[in-house]
Amino acid sequence: MIEIEINNRTVTAKKGEMLLEVLRRNGVDVPTLCHIPDLFPAGACRMCVVELEDQNRLVPSCAFPIDGSVRVKTHSPRVLRARKTIVELLLANHPNDCLYCQRNGSCELQSLAEELGVREPRYAGDKPVCKIDISSQSIVRDPAKCILCGRCVRVCEEIQAVGSIDFIGRGSNAKVGTAFDEGLNVSSCVNCGQCVMVCPTGALREQSHTKRVVEALNDPDCFVVIQHAPAVSVTLGEEFGIKPGLDVCGLATTAMRRLGFDRVFDTSFSADLTIMEEGSELVDRITNGGVLPMMTSCSPGWIKFVEQFYPDFIPNLSTCKSPQQMLGAIVKSYFAEREGIDPKKIFNVAVMPCTAKKFECQRPELSNGNLPDIDAVLTTRELARMIRMRGLDLMTLEPDECDMPFGKRSSAGKIFGTSGGVMEAAIRSAYFLITGNELETLDVKTVRGLEGVKEARLEINGLDIGVAVVSGLGNARKLLEEVKAGRKDLHFIEVMTCPGGCINGGGQPYGTDSKAVASRMKALYKIDRDEHLRTSHSNQAVAELYEQYLGKPLGEKSHHLLHTHYERREVML
Amino acid sequence: MVPENKCCEKCWTTPENPCPQYIDCVAGGELCHDSDSCKEEFAVKNKKLRREQLDRPAIFVGAGTCGLGAGADRTLQAIKKYLADNKVEADVVEVGCIGFCAVEPIVDVQLPERTRVSFKEITADKVPALLENVFKGDIPQEDLLGQHSSATLKPYESVGFLNEHPFFAPQTRWVLPNCGVIDPTQINEYIAWGGYSAFSECIREKVPAGLCEEVLESGLRGRGGGGFPTGRKWMFALNTPAEQKYLICNADEGDPGAFMDRAVIEGDPHRLLEGMAIAAYAIGATKAYVYIRAEYPLAIARLKLAIDQAKQNGLLGKNILDSGFSLDIIIKQGAGAFVCGEETALINSIEGKRGMPRPRPPFPAVAGLFGKPTVINNVETLANLPHLVKIGAKQFKALGTETSKGTKVFALSGKVANTGLVEVAMGTKLRDIVFAIGGGIPNGKAFKAVQIGGPSGGCIPTQHLDIEIDYESLKTVGAMMGSGGLVVMDEDTCMVDLAKFFMGFIQSESCGKCIPCREGTKRMLEILKRITSSRASQPGTGALTRFKGVMYLDRLAEVIKDTSLCGLGQTAPNPVLSTLRWFRDEYEAHIFENRCPAGACKELLTYNIDADKCKGCTLCVKKCPTGAIMGAPKSPHYIVPDKCIACGTCLEVCRFDAVSVK
Repeated sequence: MIEIEINNRTVTAKKGEMLLEVLRRNGVDVPTLCHIPDLFPAGACRMCVVELEDQNRLVPSCAFPIDGSVRVKTHSPRVLRARKTIVELLLANHPNDCLYCQRNGSCELQSLAEELGVREPRYAGDKPVCKIDISSQSIVRDPAKCILCGRCVRVCEEIQAVGSIDFIGRGSNAKVGTAFDEGLNVSSCVNCGQCVMVCPTGALREQSHTKRVVEALNDPDCFVVIQHAPAVSVTLGEEFGIKPGLDVCGLATTAMRRLGFDRVFDTSFSADLTIMEEGSELVDRITNGGVLPMMTSCSPGWIKFVEQFYPDFIPNLSTCKSPQQMLGAIVKSYFAEREGIDPKKIFNVAVMPCTAKKFECQRPELSNGNLPDIDAVLTTRELARMIRMRGLDLMTLEPDECDMPFGKRSSAGKIFGTSGGVMEAAIRSAYFLITGNELETLDVKTVRGLEGVKEARLEINGLDIGVAVVSGLGNARKLLEEVKAGRKDLHFIEVMTCPGGCINGGGQPYGTDSKAVASRMKALYKIDRDEHLRTSHSNQAVAELYEQYLGKPLGEKSHHLLHTHYERREVML
Repeated sequence: MVPENKCCEKCWTTPENPCPQYIDCVAGGELCHDSDSCKEEFAVKNKKLRREQLDRPAIFVGAGTCGLGAGADRTLQAIKKYLADNKVEADVVEVGCIGFCAVEPIVDVQLPERTRVSFKEITADKVPALLENVFKGDIPQEDLLGQHSSATLKPYESVGFLNEHPFFAPQTRWVLPNCGVIDPTQINEYIAWGGYSAFSECIREKVPAGLCEEVLESGLRGRGGGGFPTGRKWMFALNTPAEQKYLICNADEGDPGAFMDRAVIEGDPHRLLEGMAIAAYAIGATKAYVYIRAEYPLAIARLKLAIDQAKQNGLLGKNILDSGFSLDIIIKQGAGAFVCGEETALINSIEGKRGMPRPRPPFPAVAGLFGKPTVINNVETLANLPHLVKIGAKQFKALGTETSKGTKVFALSGKVANTGLVEVAMGTKLRDIVFAIGGGIPNGKAFKAVQIGGPSGGCIPTQHLDIEIDYESLKTVGAMMGSGGLVVMDEDTCMVDLAKFFMGFIQSESCGKCIPCREGTKRMLEILKRITSSRASQPGTGALTRFKGVMYLDRLAEVIKDTSLCGLGQTAPNPVLSTLRWFRDEYEAHIFENRCPAGACKELLTYNIDADKCKGCTLCVKKCPTGAIMGAPKSPHYIVPDKCIACGTCLEVCRFDAVSVK
C-alpha cells in the first residue's frame, strides 16, 4: 500500500493501480471521454489529466500507474483550463445542434461543456462536412458528431473481436470508418450496438423504427401486436430514473397498452417455446449423432459473426429461430387464424434490448413469403422515448398482465435475458426430456455470473455432457478457436453477442456500466427464485400451442415456422 | 555461404563454425597459422581496399540521393563512355555523399601512386575535359575541391587539401568519416578501414553490463531528438528480465530538411549495422529492426545488401564469431507517416497496427515491441558506437560540452551558400556552422534566423548566433536539438509564414488520436492563416474572429504542450511560440497593420500605380482578374484596394515600371 495525497487529502493506493481508479474510489470525479474500464488505457482524450507535484506536464490519470508517493491536484486552475480548452476544441469541430440531437440530455460532451462552464465558442473555424451512414439496418453513424474518442473502435476490436471500424486518415482528416470507408452494411459489422453503448455523443445511434411503429398504431386497419424481450423489463425503469435492478414488467405492459397496441405479448413465452425446440434438437443431435457441439442461435449478432468469420461452424448452429422471430411467426399464423385476422394486417413489433434484432427482422429467410415474421423492432431506449412522448409517467401506472395466448411464461424463459440463462433453461428441460424427471435443484449456478466464459459438466442418464456459456464475441472467438483446434468435450455452447448477455445489449439505456449489468442480472435471478413456474416444459401455454397447432417439437409445422437456415456471408473485412 | 576472405586452406572459418578472430585476421593479418604469404596477401589486399595501392586509376562519383538529384547518374554514364571511347582501364566507384551537397555531383579521381582529388559540380558535359586533364597530370583549378590527405601517397603541389577546405576544416567527422569516401557496397572496404573491429572486441571481451556502463560514462545521448542518455536507456532494457528483447533502429527520418540518416545509410551502411550489433549485444537483443521510410529506396537497397554481406561474413546470424551471441536484423519499411518516428507509434507500426502513440508508462525499454523490452535508437546514435567503443568513453567525452558529448551531424539547408551535411563537435558556435562552414547567406541578403530541430524545434535569431550548440543551450533559446535539421532563413522569410508552414505540416501529420494535438493544431493553423490573409478575404465578423484567435493563441499553445499524448503534440506549438518570442513585431505588423514586413505573405501586399509613370496603356486593366484597376485610356490608372487580390499580374504586365508593391 502506498500513501498518496489527493488535493491535500491522504489516501492509500495499491502499487501499479491506475491513478484514475484511486481517484474514483475516493470519490474524486475526474472526467474521461475515452476510458473503458478493464482495457489498456488509450490516453486519447486527455480529459482526465491532473497536476502532479514533480511533473512538468499534466498527466493523464487513466494511464498513470501508482509507483510511489505522489501529490495530486485534480482540479487546479491549470487542470481546469486544460480540460475546458479540450472541450472547447471539441465543440469547435462539432455541429452545434444539441436541440436536434438524439443524445440531448444524455450526451457526455454536452454535460462536460456545462460542467466546465463553456459559455462561448472560443475557437471558431472550419467544420468537417460528413455524410451520415444510414446503410446499416441497425446502426446510424453520424461522423460529424464523432469526437474520435475511439471507444467504439476499441469495443469492436478488443471486446467483440469484430474490428469492422477503425481510424482512417491523419490529423484533422482523421475519422472513424469501415474498410475502404464503405457503408456499415457491407462491412463486417454484426450490428451488436456495443459501439452505440459506449459512444459519448450522438455519433452512433440505433436505426430508429419509432416512426413506422407510430404510423402503424395510427392506422385503423392495422392490428398492432407488441412483444417485449425478457431483458427489457429489468432495464426500462432506468430510463425513468429508477436505480438498476427493478423489474417493471407489469408497468411496461400497461404503458404499451396505453400507447395503443392491440395485444401485448411476452417474448419470454417464446423463449420457453425455443427451449422446447432447441432442447429437443440438442437431445436429437446427441442421441442420433448430429453435429456437435450445438450452438445457440438466439443472438443475431453472433449468427452474423459465424456466417462471416466461421462459416464452417454453420452446421453447429441450432436451426431454431430466435424467440423474437418464433413469436412473430406464430402470431401471423396460429394467432391470426385463431382470431380471424388477415395476417397481412398484423403489424408485429418487438421491443428488444438489441440493435442486431433490427437487422435480424429483415432477413429474407425469416418471413413467410412476403410476410416478415416481425415488422419493426424497438430498442428499450426507443420504447422509453415513445412512452415519454405519449406523456406517460411509467412509475405511476397500474401494473397489468400480458395478453393470452402468449402472455404466460416460465421463469426459465425470463432468464434468457442474461448470459447463462438459455443454458440453464435448456438444462432444466433437456434433463426432463431425457430422463422424464425434474432436476433435483433447478439452479445451475455454474453457468451464472458475469464472467465471459463459464463451463460446466453434467451427467444426464449416464451421459457426460459438457456445456459452455460465453458472452462477448471476443470470448466466443477464443472458444471457437479451441473447438477448431480439436477440442471435443463440449456438447452445447450458449453464445450471447454482448458481454453479460441481453441485459447489456446494444439497445439498452445509455450509461450502462458493469454495476448496472450486475443489478439487472440479479433482478432476473430474483424473478426466477420467486417464481413457481420455473421450467419451460411445464409452461401450460406452450403445451397448449403444441396441442392445438404445432403438434410436437421438431414436427413439421415447427420446422416450417420455428426453424431457419444460415448462409456463408461475404463481407468486407 | 563461404566468406570470400579465406587466405588459404588453413583458414577454417564458416558461418556455422566461426573463427573468433575473423575480423582481426582479415583486417590486420593476425593469423591463426604462421604463413608469411598469407600475411602478405592480406596486407596487400587491405592496402588496395584502402586505396593506398592502386593498379589502375580509380574514379569516384558521389552517387547518393543528393548526387543523383544533381545529375550524378548522367555523370557516371559520361565517365564510362569516356573510358570506353578512349580505351582507358579504370575503376569506377559509386560512393555516398561526402556532405557537400551544394556542389554535387562530386567526382574524385585517383591515379596510381597519387592522392585522390575531388572535383565539384562535374556535370556530364564536363567529364571528358576533366578526365583528359587529370589523366595527363593537370589538375584543373576551376572545378577543384581539394585533395585527400594521405601518409603514403604523393600529393599534388598547389592543390589544397580537402580537410583544409573551409567547408570541411571546422568539422569533426566521427560518424561520417567513410561517407563519400568508401564504396558502400563493399563490406571489405569497411573492414579494411577498421570496421567491425569494435563489435568484434565487444562480443569477445566486454560483458553487456560493462558496455552499457561505458556508453553511459561516455555521455552519448540520443541523436534522434530527445537527447536521453543512451546508456541509461540500455540499462533499463538490460535489467528487465525477458526471454526476448528487441533493438529498433529508428530510420524514419521525417523532419522537413533533415537527411542525416539517409546519408549515413547510403554512404556507410556497415557502420550502422556494426552500431546496431553493439547495441543489441549490450541489451541482450537477438532480433533487431530497422524502421526505415520507404521514401529512401537507395538507402534500403544499400542496407539490404549490407545485411546480406554481414551475414555471409558471419557478422550477423547465429553464434557470431563464436561468441554465442546471435542477431538477426530485419528491415521494416514505414509508409511515410511522420508520427511513426515517435517510439510507441513506431512500435505499433511494426506490430502491424495503425501508427498511433501509446501512453507511457510502460516505457518501451520495459514493455515495447510485442510487449518485450525494446530499445529504440536513432541511426546517428547507433552510428556513433563503433567509434565510441574504439576510442573509449574517456576520449569520447573529452569532446563536447558539459552536458553533451561527442559530435552532432546537421543537415544544413535553406538560404545558405553551402548546403549539405556537416558534423561538428558539440559546443560549436552556430555562427561557425552558418557562416564558416555554410559560407553565409547567398545573394548579399541579411541573415534572419535558423530553424533547428524540425517542426518541433524553434528558431534562433541573429542575437543568439554565438550560441554554442548543445542539448541544453538550445532549450534556453526556445529551440531544441531535434534530429539535426538546420534551416537557414534570410530577410525574405516571413516568420509568421514559416510558423504557418510548420504548423500545417504538424497538423497534417498528427495521427489524430489525442484531442489537443488533433483539434488544437488545426485551430492554431487557422489562426495563422487568418493572420496572413487579407481583410478582403474575411467578410462579416472575420476580422473580429481573427483578433480573438490571436488573443487565445498563447493559451491554446500552452494547453497543447501541457496535455498532448506524445512528443509530436507536446512540441507542436513550438514553431509558433518560438517565432512569437523572437519575432513578435512581425506578428504585430500582420495583425495590426495587415502588412508582411518580409513581403512573403502575398495576400497582404499592397499594389500601387505611380501616376507619374503610368501612361494609361490599359494593359493592366485588361489583365486584372478582379477588375480592380480603374482609369481612362491615356490617363493614369489607380488600383481599388478593396477589390485587389494581390495577385501581382499588373506588376508583371506593366511595361513602364509604374506598378510598385510593398
